[in-house]
Amino acid sequence: MLHTVNKSPMQTNDLASCLAHLGDGRLLLIEDGVYGAIAGTGAAKQLAAPASEGRVYVLGPDLEARGVDQSTVADGVQVVDYNGFVRLVAEHGPHQAWV
Amino acid sequence: MSDEFEDDFPGEVKRFMFVNRKAPHGTIYALESLEVVLISAAFDQDVSLAFLDDGVFQLRKGQNANVLEMKNFAPTYRALEGYDIEKLYVERESLEERGMTTDDLVVPVEVVDRARMTALMAEQEVVMSF
Repeated sequence: MLHTVNKSPMQTNDLASCLAHLGDGRLLLIEDGVYGAIAGTGAAKQLAAPASEGRVYVLGPDLEARGVDQSTVADGVQVVDYNGFVRLVAEHGPHQAWV
Repeated sequence: MSDEFEDDFPGEVKRFMFVNRKAPHGTIYALESLEVVLISAAFDQDVSLAFLDDGVFQLRKGQNANVLEMKNFAPTYRALEGYDIEKLYVERESLEERGMTTDDLVVPVEVVDRARMTALMAEQEVVMSF
């Protein structure tokens, strides 16, 4: 299953709740959810385990729009573009949005 | 549903889960979810509802949204059984974090722990989040 989180982890518990239900699924951070991918944040620590297994992604255009350089993304988190988003849905769907 | 209509969609039954994670009256999500659930009942799908995080407040007994001049929809959860929607899963941890037990809920539910909820979500073909 592919999970998406689109809210800042400082604003809601969506990311925390998603991670608690991630199981062996994949996580893609989009929109304001991308703030959770910044290295050194509390959120980045929370997603370190699945990230180390290559199961966490962040949408590049949403990083760029917010002035978050890809070099500041936490270890193991993979940056994808819109085609990558589509590929994730195709390969790891169904999709669950934590809105 | 008529046989004629069913013949147009043979075997198209999917596992749908409606995931409810928000308290009932501060936003429109809970009511919208309930509306979509009732619509889904008309399509003979395998429907389940999940309540976790603040979503468990949707099922709390004693609500009276009429004092806010809003629709008091909590009693509607008791009508779901009449639409053959009988799988209501409530997460134990979410209840406990909010000081609630099944005695506080308007309808009988199946209480599941977080691990079981995770597995139930992963079994679905379509997940709609509210």
